[in-house]
Amino acid sequence: MLTALLSRLGQMVLVMFGISVVAFLIFFATPGADPSARIAGRNASQETLVQVRHDFGLDRPLPVQYALMMERLFISRDLTSFVNRGQKVVPTVLEAIPITLSLVLGAAVLWVLGGLIVGVVAGATRGTWLDRTLMILSLIGVSIPVFWLGEVANLVTQSRWHDSWLFSWVPPLGYIPFTEDPWGWFKALVIPWFTLATLYIGLYGRVLRASIIETMQEDFIRTARAKGIGERRVLMHHGLRTSLVAFVTMFGLDFGALVGGGALLTEVVFGLQGVGKLTYGALQTLDLPMILATVIYASFFVVMANFIVDVAFVFIDPRVRDAH
Amino acid sequence: MPTDKPLLVVENLCVSFRTEGGVVPAVSGVSFSLERREIIGVVGESGSGKSQTLLAILGLISSPNAVVTGSVRFLGQELLGLRRRALDAVRGRQIGMIFQDPMTALTPVHTIGDQIIEQIRAHERVSRTAARKRAVDLLDAVGLPSPDSAVDRYPHQLSGGMRQRAVIAMALSCNPALLIADEPTTALDVTVQAQILELIGRLRDEFGSAVILVTHDLGVVAEVADRVLVMYAGRVVEEGGKGQLFREPLHPYAWGLFGSIPPMHGPRPARLTAIPGSPPKLSQMPQGCAFGPRCAFRHDACAAQPSLGGAGGHRSACFLPQDRRQELRRTLAAGAVPA
Repeated sequence: MLTALLSRLGQMVLVMFGISVVAFLIFFATPGADPSARIAGRNASQETLVQVRHDFGLDRPLPVQYALMMERLFISRDLTSFVNRGQKVVPTVLEAIPITLSLVLGAAVLWVLGGLIVGVVAGATRGTWLDRTLMILSLIGVSIPVFWLGEVANLVTQSRWHDSWLFSWVPPLGYIPFTEDPWGWFKALVIPWFTLATLYIGLYGRVLRASIIETMQEDFIRTARAKGIGERRVLMHHGLRTSLVAFVTMFGLDFGALVGGGALLTEVVFGLQGVGKLTYGALQTLDLPMILATVIYASFFVVMANFIVDVAFVFIDPRVRDAH
Repeated sequence: MPTDKPLLVVENLCVSFRTEGGVVPAVSGVSFSLERREIIGVVGESGSGKSQTLLAILGLISSPNAVVTGSVRFLGQELLGLRRRALDAVRGRQIGMIFQDPMTALTPVHTIGDQIIEQIRAHERVSRTAARKRAVDLLDAVGLPSPDSAVDRYPHQLSGGMRQRAVIAMALSCNPALLIADEPTTALDVTVQAQILELIGRLRDEFGSAVILVTHDLGVVAEVADRVLVMYAGRVVEEGGKGQLFREPLHPYAWGLFGSIPPMHGPRPARLTAIPGSPPKLSQMPQGCAFGPRCAFRHDACAAQPSLGGAGGHRSACFLPQDRRQELRRTLAAGAVPA
């Protein structure tokens, strides 16, 4: 078990190294990305450019530049942005992380609960009006673009009906740290949570329903029914329990991607200065240090999520346990 | 409880499925009864309605397009149309069921111990520890090696024979008065088959259970059954004691079935008889006797549906004159096909 864990950790490091190298190289292959021109400002002379290149180490071979950048990113942690001079990259990312984590964690709780309820209820009542209604609602949820839904939510809660009793509690857009004001944190995030979770509730509900319906056709469900344990227990303890594999796989991947910056649109719409927005800004200004920092951070979460899913499988599916 | 009453009485049981091509009958008018401690064998080809009959008895046909009619009385209680809760009180507790394929009959994510304990605790107020101890005893009783550790194994960690034993242990966990076994040995290799059959025979002796054993293997029936039902195309075509039925089968379909087994004694036949043609499709059932199109002795009367008849508990659904049956059977065995 320990060796499996260690080898898995080794793989993680390797994957993250590969991703950072690719991100680094893509940057230098991008036309118009020469950072010295940006740093030196407009209409800078050739001499200034050379000077800047030398100061920032941009005239050295690429492997050396890569190594230097990694050294400043991970060891001395004083890597600064190419665009906003003096802005340290690592603290900026660290500041953005709690915002994104708050957003995605809250939404994840909602969509796991919502997906489970929708999937189980629809699967158990297959073919009835309740099932059909839930599936139509899910389809709508999956189809609505998150930025549109977010803007509509803002329109309603921040503008049109903000002064009514219904939404007067909604704070202005932005993030309130949990440590400062937990209740304010909750109020500021509850609408973004629902907005982000809508798509996933629909998606997970539909996937789980299909998975449960398939499982309920299995022979072992018939065995369970023949035991006289009641349909609810058959559904939950045998049907749902066996259907969770697809659900957990999806959750791991989606959660990792969202924490890694995939919640960008939600962050932008609700004015949350999270990792997604940071990455987006860095890409627009071709700010290499910031891009590297956010990409490595994102890859860490995606790889980590995969790892956690694999570990979760060991608990969910005993067949996986013995495969190692 | 009166013991002279039959344990199970099935009357005119019909199962049909609504399909795009109309209503397809799978089981038509099956009637039989079962005494306590009796082992009844149900034989027939694939698709003859054996399994559907069993599933219908326990209300386990889950297809929304299935229509089940008739009557199934267990200890005087009508099971068809029973509310789920009342049915669950019978299922697993008084009627245990063993399914055909042990590879898929157990939930893969729970240990076999948990699955047995779940059933015990659904029907009896016992502690988990007591239920677990009983699960270990049961696994031991069905001959699973090292039951103490096997109880914590997952189904995929056991071989087919061991899984089938676990399924049997589960079916027996509440000492059911009736055990329904749907081809319990089909998926197993021959040596394991023999052990499982011996086990089923022992159940009757030790637990006093009656058994309905469905199979398409006549050897299995010969080994354990007291009485035999032969099914063809959803109907019972012959019913009788094992001895009677194996010695003097009455229905031409049974002649074909028994003729296809090489005899252990006496002269070796030049070739074994085979039944020409194949069983009718359920959606295209012939008029009258369903076996008619394949029968060498088909005559005008066969355009009508024969009903089960005969004396001495040995009955068959055939229009041939009773006193000429054995003579006709010998002509068939000799390979002479009548004009």
